[in-house]
Amino acid sequence: MRFFTSENQRLATEIIGRYPKARSATIPLLHLAQEQHGWISDDAMIEVGRLVDATPAEVKGTATFYEMFKFAPVGKYLINICGTMSCQLLGADHLMHHAETKLGVVAGGTTEDGLFTLEHAECQAACTEAPTLQVNYRHQYRVTTESFDQLVDDLAAGNLDGEIPPHGTLGRVRQAIPADKSVGAVPPTEVDGPPVWLAVEGAS
Amino acid sequence: MTDIGTPIDWAPGFIANTTPKIVSGRFEFEDSFTIERAMATGAYNGLKAALAKTPAAVHDEVRGATVLGRGGAGFPAGVKWGFMPPDKWPRYLVVNGDESEPGTYKDRLLMERDPHQLIEGCLIACYATGLSQCFLYVRGEMPLAHERIAVALNDAYEARLVGKNILGSNFSVDIVLHWGAGAYVVGEETALIESLEGNRGMPRLKPPFFPAAVGLYGQPTIVNNIETLANLPWILSNGAQAYAEIGSESSPGTRLVAVSGHVKRPGVYEIVNGLTTFRDLIYGDQYCKGIRDDNELKAFVPGGGSAPWFTPEQLDVPFEGREASAEGSMLGSGAVIVMDETTDIPTAALSLTKFYAHESCGKCVPCREGGTWLEKILTRVVKGQGSPRDLELLLEVGATICPGDFPHASSSRLGLEAQPFPYKMTTICFVGPSAFAPIHSALTLFPEEFEAKLTRRDTIPLMSMPVADATGTDESVGAVS
Repeated sequence: MRFFTSENQRLATEIIGRYPKARSATIPLLHLAQEQHGWISDDAMIEVGRLVDATPAEVKGTATFYEMFKFAPVGKYLINICGTMSCQLLGADHLMHHAETKLGVVAGGTTEDGLFTLEHAECQAACTEAPTLQVNYRHQYRVTTESFDQLVDDLAAGNLDGEIPPHGTLGRVRQAIPADKSVGAVPPTEVDGPPVWLAVEGAS
Repeated sequence: MTDIGTPIDWAPGFIANTTPKIVSGRFEFEDSFTIERAMATGAYNGLKAALAKTPAAVHDEVRGATVLGRGGAGFPAGVKWGFMPPDKWPRYLVVNGDESEPGTYKDRLLMERDPHQLIEGCLIACYATGLSQCFLYVRGEMPLAHERIAVALNDAYEARLVGKNILGSNFSVDIVLHWGAGAYVVGEETALIESLEGNRGMPRLKPPFFPAAVGLYGQPTIVNNIETLANLPWILSNGAQAYAEIGSESSPGTRLVAVSGHVKRPGVYEIVNGLTTFRDLIYGDQYCKGIRDDNELKAFVPGGGSAPWFTPEQLDVPFEGREASAEGSMLGSGAVIVMDETTDIPTAALSLTKFYAHESCGKCVPCREGGTWLEKILTRVVKGQGSPRDLELLLEVGATICPGDFPHASSSRLGLEAQPFPYKMTTICFVGPSAFAPIHSALTLFPEEFEAKLTRRDTIPLMSMPVADATGTDESVGAVS
């Protein structure tokens, strides 16, 4: 029994084909695994390793470096509250405290109903809109305690299902390179001269 | 001409001003990210102009425009391109879209609001220097940017603007959208390449200093920032000369600057490079309009979380690299964080040190251990549990990461002369020094605030603790019976 569904297996093959070396597809395939399963299991890392020609340990080595990969189930909604300077100056500590009280968990915890995981986060590149948070990495700007409560209630009621997919799903649209319009990836060892437009026009 | 629709005067994170628009020209349209809007407003004209020239002429044009890299180091893109060995193939383009420097918010805006401009910039770079494949590395925590770029790329492939035989020429290049997965250090160019090769995103030992010599898969690789590439379509459409006429001689063109913190109108502004001063930006009517509640300005971070701080004495410094260095800081990634008189300086410094301690990749000991110790020591000082020895210890730990004089601004209040940028460092990349920079600035420019934390209870921030009583109403601590 393969880890990936047949559709994801097809996607995985397509993604690997875009890189001159399969190993470069490690992170995109881990994302695909997390999207399918909600978190990264050992089985997922073994399968990714098989596909990109790496050992399971090498894949785990890579995966554990990156904060977005989770190795245990998390809530349907991952709420990341930014605590870096611009947000801190505008009340992020207070917002985090409020969130912990509202959800009844400390940062890092998951609510008993499995709906919310709350985390501290670092700068979310929305500093002018501080304080900010992300729900499954979708930004919420200028958050107040009132708007936080409203957000949590809306999420719980399913009012935002159209905008915020469950944890693991990142882009709802993927790049798809049409075979007839693609140049195709070539291993670096198989290229031994400048590309054709340079060869003709003269190197810079 | 297609109908260009109704302009909008405000978009999240962006506020219009009247300076020239080189990279944010399309932001005013609500649908700026669609191929229809892009084509109706001149997208890919820069590419067409490039394809009408030889690659060498395009490289000359970019070199002539002196586009200073917008990722933080400020190195001219045209010169960087020239570092590739002439006879080693293939060459790659890796686009650095891992924006995560504290205070920085411009690359995400460029990706979300104008992906076609970015794609066009990538194509121009590939054409000029013979790069056979482009990898667009976008920070994982930006799904909207991914979605917008994915749609833009799919449309551009369909329109034969990317891929095989672009616009019917012999120029062919694939652009691959790549997902990051959350790691600040991956913004360092060699760490970015490691990550793209499927490894832990740790910076590589130097030398070789530039991936242009040894980069992705050991091949010559250009790593450029999103904003740097976004400048190229305009330069190819309007010429290097027109670009040089905007801004100062040493810093031509414009740049995007995000101003956050205690200002009346925080936002991302495209400003004239080299000439605009911090006073214009923070107090100017077309920018931030002054400090909130008309409070006094206490200090500001001039170039992202890694930059040593400035005080009101440096307000007249322009956005020009050498002048900022002489004053003891850097312009970095175009991020100004403003602190007003109510700011608790040691707590603000802690928020940055925490960030860098957390984001250390663990490769260099001074950063891995030093960053964590700086955070621990400063945390106890901020909580009122520090000792006078702790303040010395902060500087001693910092000196193991950055030996020698650390840059700082001048202060007539304290009788301090400026110590110019840069610093010496014992680490491969700038994460370690960046953990120390806010502490050094805060301690040097506001020593009294740290001393007060050692002795005065009223300087210790008390978190108001809402406690639910039996009836379910929230009250503050002190009312607990």
